[in-house]
Amino acid sequence: MTTREKILASIQANQPSLMPLPEQFTFTSLFPDLTKQFSDSLAFVGGMAVVVPDYKAIEAHLKEHYPALTNVATTCPELAHMADVILDVADPHELSGLNLTIIEGPLAVAENAAIWVDERQLPHRVVPMITQYLVIIIRQSTIVANMHDAYKKIQVDTTGFGTFISGPSKTADIEQSLVIGAHGARSLIVYILP
Amino acid sequence: MNQLNLDHAHAAIEFNKNEPRVDWHDETLWFVRTKRDRAVAQLPEWEQLREAASQIKNHVLSNMHDLLAQFEENAKRNGITVHWATDGAEHNAIIHDLIQKAGATRMVKSKSMLTEECHLNDYLTRHGIEVIDSDLGERIVQMRKEPPSHIVLPAIHLTKADVGETFHEHLGTEKGATDPQYLTEAARQHLRETFLTRKVALTGVNFAIAETGGFVVCTNEGNADMGAHLADVHIAAMGFEKIIPRAEHLGVFLRLLARSATGQPITTFSSHFHRPRPGQEMHIVIVDNGRSRQLGRPDFRNSLKCIRCAACMNTCPVYRRSGGHSYHSAVAGPIGSILAPNLDMKLNADLPFASTLCGSCSNVCPVKIDIHDQLYKWRQVLMQEGYGPTSKTVSMKAMATVLESPRLYRMAGKVGRGVLRFAPVTVENRFNPWYNQREMPEPPAESFRDWYINNKKA
Repeated sequence: MTTREKILASIQANQPSLMPLPEQFTFTSLFPDLTKQFSDSLAFVGGMAVVVPDYKAIEAHLKEHYPALTNVATTCPELAHMADVILDVADPHELSGLNLTIIEGPLAVAENAAIWVDERQLPHRVVPMITQYLVIIIRQSTIVANMHDAYKKIQVDTTGFGTFISGPSKTADIEQSLVIGAHGARSLIVYILP
Repeated sequence: MNQLNLDHAHAAIEFNKNEPRVDWHDETLWFVRTKRDRAVAQLPEWEQLREAASQIKNHVLSNMHDLLAQFEENAKRNGITVHWATDGAEHNAIIHDLIQKAGATRMVKSKSMLTEECHLNDYLTRHGIEVIDSDLGERIVQMRKEPPSHIVLPAIHLTKADVGETFHEHLGTEKGATDPQYLTEAARQHLRETFLTRKVALTGVNFAIAETGGFVVCTNEGNADMGAHLADVHIAAMGFEKIIPRAEHLGVFLRLLARSATGQPITTFSSHFHRPRPGQEMHIVIVDNGRSRQLGRPDFRNSLKCIRCAACMNTCPVYRRSGGHSYHSAVAGPIGSILAPNLDMKLNADLPFASTLCGSCSNVCPVKIDIHDQLYKWRQVLMQEGYGPTSKTVSMKAMATVLESPRLYRMAGKVGRGVLRFAPVTVENRFNPWYNQREMPEPPAESFRDWYINNKKA
């Protein structure tokens, strides 16, 4: 008997008789204003949401917020002229010098400021973690209330990797003091387009 | 003194010798508990969410065989290699073999309590493989050659001055530096270099999805992602109980996990891995290590529902005042105390007694494990199996004899009252554990029985 067969046989012998899955496991969250809720949630987790009318406004805000920054990359055609490095490299290790990366998020969650991105948005999986500063652009219409709604909209295995990102990377491992910028991005700005 | 060689009660005595530090530890963890409470209060459906999570996990326990088979099939279809390990030794050997096949001698690892349970780091180090833990808290305790004292906050027992000293020694930070921002930055630089140079990365697994053959890893720091996405080989280690039926069930668990753990609405990264990236190898090691035995124990199988949020630790009055290391087990606190006796009854016989049975752990548990009931039931099992301390076994037997006989009971009462009154030193001494932190009671003049007989006559 292989290890696999041994473990599965032992489980088969020991598991209790079948219990049904619950009928209710999704719930509705009622937020009067999804954009405001998303923005508040993002502020709570250390990020910043900015509602903007168009890409011009994003560019203006970014130039003010990160003046004279080099090693900027984006997947966003409308902002391609702001980039001075490309994300389309052969080896993700080449991305270690990234300063600012601007990507798009197809779905956002109001209750916790999580934004789903998968390999359709990411030229390399490590992009949103390896960059020093991260910017995600979302559309107002793609904000859902909670995680149940989010999982109804996404298919987790459409690509080989996808992640919910909620705020910049952080840690409180030293005496419970919150430090923004652990191993991933040191900041997250989310621009919300109409 | 090394707390790990002592039983819980004696390790707790050591821990309590530094009173200001115990108070600080207690308050720090209670602070985390209050953050959890604030997050929970924002969800009117919290109790329904817990119930849903509990029922999903009940289903998982009852359908474990088929869900695992389904997961394996789908994971293989996704291009993930699936390995099975009966125990820690097999788990360690599989991982060692994968590292060797990759031609590597170094590995970066994100948080995995399973690898702690299996003592993977010790094993690999003995075989010439260097392992670097990339979670900040785990890196800190690793440098100090200590195990984590908490499953979510591994270095919660240390002050920033302790960390400053450790980093001064190992990372060359300024002596006396205690600013968490500065210290975290030093660790960030050190670990970035590690992420960029390791060919093999190991991560834990928070949830494995049977329906899609993928798995989810949650971190705040982004360390699991940094390691996995830059390595040629990604190994994910999971206890088999991490399985859930469908991706939509993640909605329930991701809403519960971080709120219960730290009061955050969700972790910064909830990463879903389904296929290796081009040119990468992805492996999953599914581990039993006593879990199937626990699954067969009706009183204790619910412990396998645990999603490792540590809410039970943060709320536990005993954990907060005795520290994680006093549990001498990879998973400390109330949940650790019901898991550990299954791994080794003799070695962990003290742990179910490290509780006041106040029930706070069960109240905060996001998957509704009846933790305090199980602590109580483990006590029965351990005494019956003969793992109780001799002093307790003998005194319990003596007490049973006395309580069985009305005549002996009356006599014992009389003697006790006399002794307390005329020779208090026989009980008020350091050999009586009850006297250590307590005043002995004022002896009553007569027993209730005597009083009743006297007053009835009158």
